[in-house]
Amino acid sequence: MTQTVLVTGVSRHIGARVASVLAADPAIDRVIGVDTVPPPSLSRDGGVPSDRVEFVRVDLRSPDIAQVIAAADVDTVVHMSLVSAPPRSGGRALMKEHNVIGTMQLLGACQRSATVRRVVIRSTTAVYGSSPHDPAVFAEDTEPGEHPGHGYAKDACEVEGYVRGFARRRADVAVSMLRFANFMGPGIDSPLTRYLSQPVLPTVLGFDPRLQFVHEGDAVEVLRRMATEDHPGTFNVAGDGVLLLSQCARRAGIAALPLPAPAFRLMGDLVGDLVRGVGFTGYSAYSAEQVRLMRYGRVVDTTRLATALGWRPKYSTAAAFDSRFATAARR
Amino acid sequence: MSGTASELLDFLRRRVTGQYDVDEFGFDPELTDKVLLELIRPLYRHWFRVETVGMDNVPGDSGALVVANHSGTVPLDALMLQVALHDDHPRRRAVRLLGADLVYQLPVLGHLSRKTGHTLACREDADRLLRKGELVGVFPEGFKGVGKPFSERYRLQRFGRGGFVASAIRAGVPIIPCAIVGAEEIYPKIGDLRFLARALGLPYLPVTPFFPWLGPLGLVPLPSKWVIGFGEPIRTDEFTPSDADDPMLVFNLTDQVREVIQQQLNELRLRRGHAFPPLF
Repeated sequence: MTQTVLVTGVSRHIGARVASVLAADPAIDRVIGVDTVPPPSLSRDGGVPSDRVEFVRVDLRSPDIAQVIAAADVDTVVHMSLVSAPPRSGGRALMKEHNVIGTMQLLGACQRSATVRRVVIRSTTAVYGSSPHDPAVFAEDTEPGEHPGHGYAKDACEVEGYVRGFARRRADVAVSMLRFANFMGPGIDSPLTRYLSQPVLPTVLGFDPRLQFVHEGDAVEVLRRMATEDHPGTFNVAGDGVLLLSQCARRAGIAALPLPAPAFRLMGDLVGDLVRGVGFTGYSAYSAEQVRLMRYGRVVDTTRLATALGWRPKYSTAAAFDSRFATAARR
Repeated sequence: MSGTASELLDFLRRRVTGQYDVDEFGFDPELTDKVLLELIRPLYRHWFRVETVGMDNVPGDSGALVVANHSGTVPLDALMLQVALHDDHPRRRAVRLLGADLVYQLPVLGHLSRKTGHTLACREDADRLLRKGELVGVFPEGFKGVGKPFSERYRLQRFGRGGFVASAIRAGVPIIPCAIVGAEEIYPKIGDLRFLARALGLPYLPVTPFFPWLGPLGLVPLPSKWVIGFGEPIRTDEFTPSDADDPMLVFNLTDQVREVIQQQLNELRLRRGHAFPPLF
């Protein structure tokens, strides 16, 4: 049986790597990558150089995606195109439209399609929020006390709602929803890696959150397996173990600067304005959800994933962090 | 001597470079044993002269639920229970206490509490810890117990909804009734600044014979003599996990545990005698 995979969000690191790994799989005939902008180079960062990933420039917010799916007889859709921070041009409104409307269009197209058999959605553990009223460890079926009301986490909650609706309406399609912890690794550029790359690390005074990371290689492997085998359901994905923010700072050899919560936010805004002022647009000020994460942290249970795949991430949370931030001085 | 010096250096290097493990709840066993408990050990040994009774009722390596009375205005009894189970138990057990969510909202207290192995009192966390074979400790009276007036000392308050019993049944672990005598006298609460407490979002704001009159000096706990007793385990393994959903059974068992602890309290209090032995 031939397999044609559609990957959204291929202009970004993990999406690109997933596309090239799938393209290298002999069991897969075609890999179609879509995104709003062309990928810098699908072969960068040690991914398999492949011209086998066909790039199609599609704005997910438009119904064009349905034509792509219909024309290519796509049977597997890997939806990676969730952005966690407002894009460099355009603000939060654009980000929300991209995340939520984009997913709705994609799912609408999948629902119409007679060929789609498997859908893999990238979500985030941010859907659990961060709060002092919640259990220490979230399993997939834990109902958080308060649903995130801002930004990326809110988008992800809405996206998950549409995905659940889709899964109900098309019970014949295997839908896997993956809630990833923060990606970590040499190739990752996210609000969190930028936050951790600062020369001095502002932290919230009196709080030391528990954090979890998933190494980019492990994330790609999970997505590859999900795209090539049927594992319907929702799965948390994170490296084993936990790091406290204070441990992260110590492992990276950077000084932590504890600030009272209001000053912490202000600092984020100030630095944001400053670096934007000098023309560096990659920086984003701390969002409300990041501030909450930096207070209360978040840890998820990954037993369900390990059981379903019979596999555990190669990198623990600590190893994933070290792969990016470990100081050279350490053995 | 050089051994201890190099141990200390190793310890410091691990701490400074972040090369130590915390569990998924944020428990940092090394920091707890070497630093945090070390700070309160003088209080345990010399100030309250804590004596433990019936430690052999606490299992050595399997899961169990320690259920204790709560008192003293400031929950020092939780810390003393933790030192007792760590230092006086042959297997040096790390008790995982379940605390109110107020603790986790507060700066400093929230993360210190996680680092010492405590977590939020909720069904998910209790079940998870017991499943892992941890020794879990609860104070079912909560604020009602720790914040009760001095006149009600050694009278157990209501035991919540019995969630702890349901957790023990689900995990099939024994309940160890525990009576803490001595905490009642450390800060005799004779009044409550309700208005100020409400404004600060606290469950109560105590007035004691020394606080707030003596300022910071009034925060020094009185050196009462303490006894912590562990009673015979109450087994739950003859139930099936689904019995945890039978409210009648859960209520009855909750009552039984409460009565046992009240009786233990009465006995230990008699055995201890005066709260301040050298003085009275």
